[in-house]
Amino acid sequence: MSDFQLMKGNEALAEAAIRAGCDGYFGYPITPQSEVLEYLAEEGRNRGMVVLQVESELAAINMVYGAAGTGKRAMTSSSSPGISLMQEGLSYIASAELPCLVVNVNRGGPGLGTIQPSQGDYFQSTKGGGHGDYHLIVLAPSSVQEMADFVYDGFDLADKYRNPVMILADGALGQMMEKVSFRDYNVAERSIPKPWATVGKPSSRERNIITSLHIQSEKMEVINKRLQEKYRIIREQEVRYQTVHVDDAEILLVGYGLAARVCHRAVELARHHGIAAGLLRPITLFPYPTEIIHTLAQQVEKILVVEMNSGQMVEDVRLAVEGTVPVEFFGRMGGIIPSPEEVLTKLTSMMKTQQQYEESHV
Amino acid sequence: MSEATVLTEGMECIWQKPATLTDTLMHYCPGCGHGVVHKVLMEVVQELGIQSETIGVAPVGCSVFAYNYLNVDMQEAAHGRAAAVATGIKRMLPDKYVFSYQGDGDLAAIGTGETMHAANRGENFLVIFVNNAIYGMTGGQMAPTTLLGMKTSTTPEGRKVDTQGFPFRITELIAMLPGSYYVTRHAVHTPNAVRYFKKAVTKAFTHQKEKKGYCLIEVVSNCPSGWKMTPLEANKWMEQNMFPVYPIGDIKVDGKLVAKSSAQ
Repeated sequence: MSDFQLMKGNEALAEAAIRAGCDGYFGYPITPQSEVLEYLAEEGRNRGMVVLQVESELAAINMVYGAAGTGKRAMTSSSSPGISLMQEGLSYIASAELPCLVVNVNRGGPGLGTIQPSQGDYFQSTKGGGHGDYHLIVLAPSSVQEMADFVYDGFDLADKYRNPVMILADGALGQMMEKVSFRDYNVAERSIPKPWATVGKPSSRERNIITSLHIQSEKMEVINKRLQEKYRIIREQEVRYQTVHVDDAEILLVGYGLAARVCHRAVELARHHGIAAGLLRPITLFPYPTEIIHTLAQQVEKILVVEMNSGQMVEDVRLAVEGTVPVEFFGRMGGIIPSPEEVLTKLTSMMKTQQQYEESHV
Repeated sequence: MSEATVLTEGMECIWQKPATLTDTLMHYCPGCGHGVVHKVLMEVVQELGIQSETIGVAPVGCSVFAYNYLNVDMQEAAHGRAAAVATGIKRMLPDKYVFSYQGDGDLAAIGTGETMHAANRGENFLVIFVNNAIYGMTGGQMAPTTLLGMKTSTTPEGRKVDTQGFPFRITELIAMLPGSYYVTRHAVHTPNAVRYFKKAVTKAFTHQKEKKGYCLIEVVSNCPSGWKMTPLEANKWMEQNMFPVYPIGDIKVDGKLVAKSSAQ
């Protein structure tokens, strides 16, 4: 067990970035993720990384654009208001197909909101966020261990698909301490050729141009189609999720990130009370695990979606379910984490309603 | 890349387009300064033999298509973000040559923050800043550098201080920052001006090689279409009206402010 360390989520993520061979980090302080910048400012720089505290999130994401365009591994991290500022840059990065990693340690909004944990940025993260037709690959950790693990996965996926990857965490995952171990990861083995990178044009090749401008509609549509084809392949190949007690489940909970941990506990409590509850935890929010939810909807009687927002992912669950079973929602906002007991109460009331319905139809 | 040069028997070739410029026809309006600035920039890249080590950043504005003409690796930045993009490139590739090519709206309006901070950090790249006091690409709106009284499509009665404020002399401001090393203002409307500009570009790339830090060359230029003048009228108007507000000459040399702008 000696390889386990006790670390904050933000610090584990930063440590993993160094180990994943991140060449450049560009960031701006914002609670609750400033530890990423602080950790890298010391550890990252000492271990050869370029770490720059810059004038704004606007500048940070555009530095990531420039750095990623040289073929190096580049990343930034922020929290909700800062991520909003980055949306312009993310749209350009997605269009220019630059691989990079962006971390959102989600806090409560809208506006300046609160520094407490939230999942209010689900729509922004998974539906594009900036202008135009595009998607980020979105990974949702639910432990400090995954805060570290998804950094490696994020960089690998970004390189593989030439697509920006977002780790969508929340303030609690960033701030809480848990044990974490860092996997063996050989940066050299993982690095792939990037012949498109702008590193200076040798006489042996034409110049490389990184751009998102295709002013002729026909050419732009070709780019759009290429991007959509890439998203189709990502949907086909990169869906990740976790299931808990779904085999005999009559009621299915769906939650991601920190809410999934709450749901996990609620499932255990429910089982203790004789309710056959199960959990599906989407790990990739884009691509979304639509198929498995669709399949499980054939088996369960009801679905409860739990989020730390007003109900955003529940829309994707309803699309997956296609009206076959009732989908209910339970959420807390304002930076409040729902308790397993609250979720259990909601679950129990749903099962009661179900029971009353069945009895009245006997 | 095929050379378009045709040598005629008995004639001496005294000039040809540098290989660092592509054969693509430029979209710039007749009389516009951008074509000359592109040519000079790429001549210097060729003469210094740094084509394979140079990465350029194009802006949003009239020169948004610069990468169609400049035969070096290029990145197209979002409007105003060229300084940040150039920072990202240079920090990853500190031994390569990096330049950004920006207009007045890009550099002195929407990109002011990125521009000032890149200069203040002393980022070791070259900024070519083409100032024609108008938004050409979008059809002739007011720029931050539009002169007082100057008519544009958004200042139909002329720019007024009480509503639009003053022409932004951002180059002087950048020269005040300790991070900037070489800041100079040029024009390309006469052969003599072009020669001075070329010397400045060469100097700036040399500074970059020696890791001296941030260099900015402003080119006060015309916009015959936007100003609604012939190229000749535009050049004359530029001399009479632009140069008094944006005087030609060095502002900061070798990290030291020049006491008085020397007219050329």
